[in-house]
Amino acid sequence: MINKVHISLKRRGAPYGVKLTESKLTAASPIERAPLPEKVIIALHQNIGAPCKPLVKRGDKVLAGQKIGDSEKFVSVPVHATVSGEISSTTTLVHPATGQLVEALVLTSDGMDKWVDFEARDDIDMLSVEEILRRIREAGIVGLGGAAFPTHVKLSPPKDKKIDTVILNGCECEPYITSDHKVMLEYGKEVLSGLNIIRKVLSPDNVYIAIEDNKEDAIEHMRELLASMGLDGNYEMITLRSKYPMGAEKTLIKSILGREVPIGGLPLDVGVVVHNVSTAKAIHDAVFEGRPFVERVITITGAVEHPKNLLVRLGTPLRDLIQNCGGMDGEADEIILGGPMMGISQFDLDFPVIKGTNCVLVKKNVPINERDCISCGRCLEACPMHLMPTILVRYVKAGRYDACKEAYIDDCFECGACAYTCPANIPIVQYIKVAKSELIKRAAKK
Amino acid sequence: MMGEKRILISPGPHLWSGLSVSKIMYLVALALIFPSAAGVYFFGYHALSVIATSIATAVLTEYIAKRLRKRPFIMDWSAVVTGLLLALILPPMTPLWMVVIGSAFSIGIVKEAFGGLGHNIFNPALAGRAFMAACFPAEMTTWVLPMGFAADAVTCATPLNEGFVGPIDKLSLYRMLFMGNVGGSIGETSALLILVGGLLLLALGIINWRNPVAYIGTVALLTFALGQDFIFHILAGGLMLGAFFMATDYVTSPITNKGRIIFCVGAGILTVIIRLFGGMPEGVCFSILFMNAITPLIDRYVKVRPYGLKKAGEK
Repeated sequence: MINKVHISLKRRGAPYGVKLTESKLTAASPIERAPLPEKVIIALHQNIGAPCKPLVKRGDKVLAGQKIGDSEKFVSVPVHATVSGEISSTTTLVHPATGQLVEALVLTSDGMDKWVDFEARDDIDMLSVEEILRRIREAGIVGLGGAAFPTHVKLSPPKDKKIDTVILNGCECEPYITSDHKVMLEYGKEVLSGLNIIRKVLSPDNVYIAIEDNKEDAIEHMRELLASMGLDGNYEMITLRSKYPMGAEKTLIKSILGREVPIGGLPLDVGVVVHNVSTAKAIHDAVFEGRPFVERVITITGAVEHPKNLLVRLGTPLRDLIQNCGGMDGEADEIILGGPMMGISQFDLDFPVIKGTNCVLVKKNVPINERDCISCGRCLEACPMHLMPTILVRYVKAGRYDACKEAYIDDCFECGACAYTCPANIPIVQYIKVAKSELIKRAAKK
Repeated sequence: MMGEKRILISPGPHLWSGLSVSKIMYLVALALIFPSAAGVYFFGYHALSVIATSIATAVLTEYIAKRLRKRPFIMDWSAVVTGLLLALILPPMTPLWMVVIGSAFSIGIVKEAFGGLGHNIFNPALAGRAFMAACFPAEMTTWVLPMGFAADAVTCATPLNEGFVGPIDKLSLYRMLFMGNVGGSIGETSALLILVGGLLLLALGIINWRNPVAYIGTVALLTFALGQDFIFHILAGGLMLGAFFMATDYVTSPITNKGRIIFCVGAGILTVIIRLFGGMPEGVCFSILFMNAITPLIDRYVKVRPYGLKKAGEK
C-alpha cells in the first residue's frame, strides 16, 4: 500500500534549510522539442571523473548518436554526436561548473538528422547486470540532477557494501527548474521502467520515490502509474515538504531514513543509492532502446519572453535556446546555467548546454553589497550540513585554510542556503570555493 | 542583436532573502517604540528629550566616526537602536548633556573604535550606561515617580531599592510593575509594553526565543530557589528589557543556540547574585556586559556537530 508521508527538514526538532519563493514559471508548460541546432559543441569532459579522448577528427562525417569520444577509465563515460553532420573544428571551453579548460568538438549539422541504428532489447530480464551496466555506460549516462557523476559507477557499489535502499529523487528543490517535474509527468512510464532496472541491478530491500509537495500533479501521476503498472507493492511514494535543499542526496537520506552519510563518505556507506528521475528515464532509453544520451529536458526561464521546457540536443549553444524562447528581456544581463541557488553565471552566449544542465536562467544582475558579519547565526540555521558558514568565512578572510579544513569545509556542497539568508549579503559560498581550491592546490604541492 | 549585449557574471547563489542588516535594525527600532511610549507616558517630556538627544547624538557620532575612519556611512538604523536602547535604560531626569556624553561614548568608543557594527565586543548601549554610572553616580541613581506630563518631578526609590514602599497587597504590586507605573529607567518599567515589542521581534524571527526564555527562566528559578518573590524579580528592574533587547544582540552574544543558552543562563545567575548579594540594587547591565566579554570564549568552544560526524562513543 502506498503511504502519504510528509517529511520536512528537521534536526532534533529544529528546522534547517530555507524556504524559497518557487518561481516555477514553467510548471504548466508541456515539453517542447527545440529545433535542430545548426551546430553543436560537444565537450569531451562533461562528467565527474576522467575526460574523454576524441574518436573522430576534423572533417569526419558523423551520425547522430555516434560515439565521438571515450575514455578507458572506469569513472568516465563516452560522449556522442547529438546531430548528424561534420566535425568542423576543435575548441577549448571553460567548464561551467569546475572552471577548468576542457577540449570540445564543434559539429556542424547537415540538417538531415540521420541516426545510428539502436540495439533495442525488450527482454531485459534476460540481460545480465554486467550487460545492463555496459549499456548504461555506453549510452554516456551521468547523474542528471546536476552533479554529472557517471551512473554506471553509482550502480556498481563495492562488494562489501550492501545497498538496502534506493531513492528515486524527484524533489527538484531549486526555484525555477521544472525539467524533472515535466519528465515525471510526460515520461513517467520510462522513469519507472528505469527505476525497475536500477532495482534489478542493486536489489535493494526498499525503494522510495521522493517528490516535494509542490508537485501534486506529479505525485498523483506517479501514484496512478505505479498502480497501473502493478508496482505499488515494490515502491513507496514519499511526499516531502518543499524546502531547500531537500533534493540534495545527503539531506534527502537524512530526511527519509534518518541516516547521516559519514563525513567524506558516500551515500553507499549507509547503504543508500539516490538517482534522479531524469537519470532513470535515460537508463530506460539506454537499456531498452539502446539509445545514447544525446538530448534532455532543460527549463529555459527567468527574464525571457516565453519561458519553456525544451527537449534539447546536448551541445546546443545557449544563444539558440534563449532565442527560441523569444530572447532576453531588455533589463536582463546575466545568464545562469543551472538554478538560481547552485547555478553558475556564464560569460559567453556561445557556450553549449552539457549533460548536467537542467536549467538556463536569464536574469538581471544584482550587485552584491557585502557588509560585515553581525553574527546573527542565520547561516548556521540554514546549513543542511550543520557547518558554521560565517566562521569558515572568517577563517578564509584570515587566510587560515587549515582551520577551514578542520571546520569540515570539504563537507559543504555549496547549496547556497547560507548566503541566501545572510543579512550582511556576504557571498559565503564564493569564499568557501576560494578556500577549497586553495586547499586543493596545497594538497597537490605536497 | 543579442550578442552585442553586455553580459555580467556574479557568484552564486543568485537569490537573496532581502532581509538586510538595515531592515533588521529598523524592525528592532520599531519594536522599541512600545517601551519608549511607556517611558514618555509615565515620565513626560523630559523622557522624550532624553530619547531624542540620545538617538541624535548616536547617529551624529557614527557619522563623524565613519568620516574619521574613512569608511562609508550607511544609515542602517543600528546607531538609532543603540541610542534608543541607551535612553531607555537611563533615569528619566538625566541631564541632557550627560546623555550626549554617554551616547557619544557608546557609539564612538564601544562600537566604532572596535571596528564598527559586527566587531564590537560589548553591547554599546549597556557599556555606555556603565560608563555613565561610573562618571555620574548621583544622577544615575536619582529616580522619580511616574507623574506623566506633570511639571514637577518627585524623587523616589525604585522597586529594587531598599527604601521602596509599594502596595502591601502582592497582586497590586505585580499589576503596578507589569503596567510600569513605578519609578525606574525610562523604558524598563512597563513589562507589558516590553513584552509587546519583544513578541513582535519573536514573531518576525528577528530574535531567538532561547535568549529571553533562558535568561528570565534562570532568574525566576534561582530567585525561587533562594526563597525570593520570583514574580517580583521578573517584573522589576531591567530584566525584561535586557532579556528581550540586550541579551539578544547578535553581535555581542554567541552564534550557536547552545552558546546562547549558556550566555543567558550565565547572565541570569550573575543578575541574581548582584541583586541579592551585590552592592548595587540592579545587576542586568553588568551581568550582560560580563557575558559579552566571555562570548568569544563561548563561541570558541561551543560548536555545532556537523552532519555525518559521529558522536563520541557512537559506532
